[in-house]
Amino acid sequence: MAARRFHIVATRLALAVILCWAGLASADAPRRVVSMNLCTDQLAMLLAGPGQLHSVSDISLDPRMSAMTEEARDYVINQGLAEEIYLMKPDLVLAGNFTTRASVAMLRRLGVEVVEFEQARSLPEIRSNILRMGEILHRQSAAREMVAHFDARLAALQQDSGDRPDAMLYYASGYTSPAGTLSDQILQAAGFDNAAVKAGLGTQMKIQLETLAMLDPDIVITSQPYPGASRSEAIMQHPVVEALRAELPFATVTDSDWVCGTPHVLRAIESLAETRHRLTKNTP
Amino acid sequence: MTRLAIILCVLVVGLFFGSLLIGPAEIGITDSLSALFVDDGGAMTLVMREIRLPRALLALMIGASLGLAGAAMQGYLRNPLAEPGLIGVSGSAAFGAVLAIHTGVAASFALALPFSALAGALCGVFLIMALAGSRGTSLTLILAGIAVSALAAALTSLVLNLSPNPFAASEIVFWMMGSLADRSMTHVWLAAPFMAVGFALLGGLGRGLDALTLGEDSAQAMGIGLTRLRLMLVLGTACVVGAGTAVAGAIGFVGLVVPHLLRPLVGAHPSRLLWASALGGAAMVLTADIAVRVVLPSRDLKLGVLTALVGAPLFLHLILKLRRERI
Repeated sequence: MAARRFHIVATRLALAVILCWAGLASADAPRRVVSMNLCTDQLAMLLAGPGQLHSVSDISLDPRMSAMTEEARDYVINQGLAEEIYLMKPDLVLAGNFTTRASVAMLRRLGVEVVEFEQARSLPEIRSNILRMGEILHRQSAAREMVAHFDARLAALQQDSGDRPDAMLYYASGYTSPAGTLSDQILQAAGFDNAAVKAGLGTQMKIQLETLAMLDPDIVITSQPYPGASRSEAIMQHPVVEALRAELPFATVTDSDWVCGTPHVLRAIESLAETRHRLTKNTP
Repeated sequence: MTRLAIILCVLVVGLFFGSLLIGPAEIGITDSLSALFVDDGGAMTLVMREIRLPRALLALMIGASLGLAGAAMQGYLRNPLAEPGLIGVSGSAAFGAVLAIHTGVAASFALALPFSALAGALCGVFLIMALAGSRGTSLTLILAGIAVSALAAALTSLVLNLSPNPFAASEIVFWMMGSLADRSMTHVWLAAPFMAVGFALLGGLGRGLDALTLGEDSAQAMGIGLTRLRLMLVLGTACVVGAGTAVAGAIGFVGLVVPHLLRPLVGAHPSRLLWASALGGAAMVLTADIAVRVVLPSRDLKLGVLTALVGAPLFLHLILKLRRERI
């Protein structure tokens, strides 16, 4: 008798918990989301339902860094400061995992729910970030659709075979993208071999000018200069770099398409693949 | 005397070739020298002529400049603590250079960058001379130097922080510490004319500085025009330090350490100390530049870090010595 009563109570309790969970789950869809990182801004703008996303970061308005400046104008802009974000009364904050640490910590202390996203370092990680953003915003079907579209476009791009020239990415202060970076994957998907990886530079981020000259890659792809002069960027006008870039001096990395793990990297791959066609046609 | 000259020359030549032969590209000795003299149209000539040669030349020129300027200032002010880096002349030159680069003047005509650094250095020297005076004590000189250095550093940081370029702010350390990484022959040609003028001006100070060791009155009695002497010193220092700082940032302590080490070897004659310090300075900067490439090849360790590690203890030693002498 006692056992049976206990059983009923247990069942009811379990049912109540399940009902409660389900109720929470549907109510759980965030309605006022604030994003404070360039890359979560873009994923959120791509996936959020109407009115769900309240604010994006100011970097999203910078055409050099952001692929979605037009869209970003429709949202309230934040500077990533804990104070202003708290006053927006968000029910969910999206952040990158290595920026504005102090702000994230403070928001958590104030009881705001913060979800952090890893910077995507590979094409598969872009897929998983899209799906995760779909989960968090309760827009799973939109996310799945976006991933399917991403996969299809990527597959079409990668069918294109041919010569694989050696390319070196060369940024301000002599930095490059070694293996294990998104830029390396973009390069490979566009049909290039990364000269830094081939030279066995490992995960070394900085490449010396002498090493670059001796590697003599088929193409050197530099970053686009920012306004105002700087010594760090002056290295791209060094006679050695100019000599190496003599053939295709305009091959550059467009930060806005390269920097974030979003479907916009496909645009980077497309334009890079075009550069490769020009290069392989030019060289006999 | 001549023995010291020969030793220093051999040292500088040896270090110069060492600088040409050391680098991450690991080219053999004969290969690299032949690539330097005969254009093979390939990567090796590019590395030798456009990376290593300018680097070695600049180390030589800037080292000689700093050594010479240090010896000349110490001779004129009769104070072993006078040094372009410590008293803020290099810092002011860096401010001039930064201002030229970030206002866009440097891009408008080729020599704007060294001219602007020269103007900065001139302001720095004038300020020091006005504040400390030629009869000033070590204390006033150092205090004036601290003030000028701090002001120049603050203004440099301000300009770099205001720049719309995101990389500018991270370059503060380059301007404060100096580096010869990734320079090209362009930089050599920018600095060379100014340094030639500066060397000529400072090199001609020898007789005047020797006479000055007997005191200003005796020097004047010997027919030394003190105003002209001071003008040559100020202009010469501004030329060499300005040109060097414009292309490689502010490298400190060279002008302090080198004259101090060589002074006993030249019998404390300021005129002999001038050329000895020029050679010694070249040797010190060449050594430091080789060291940064050997110790941390991929990190672009700043030259000023090494020179300060050597120079700062010596600076403290000098202060303690001066204090003992005073007592």
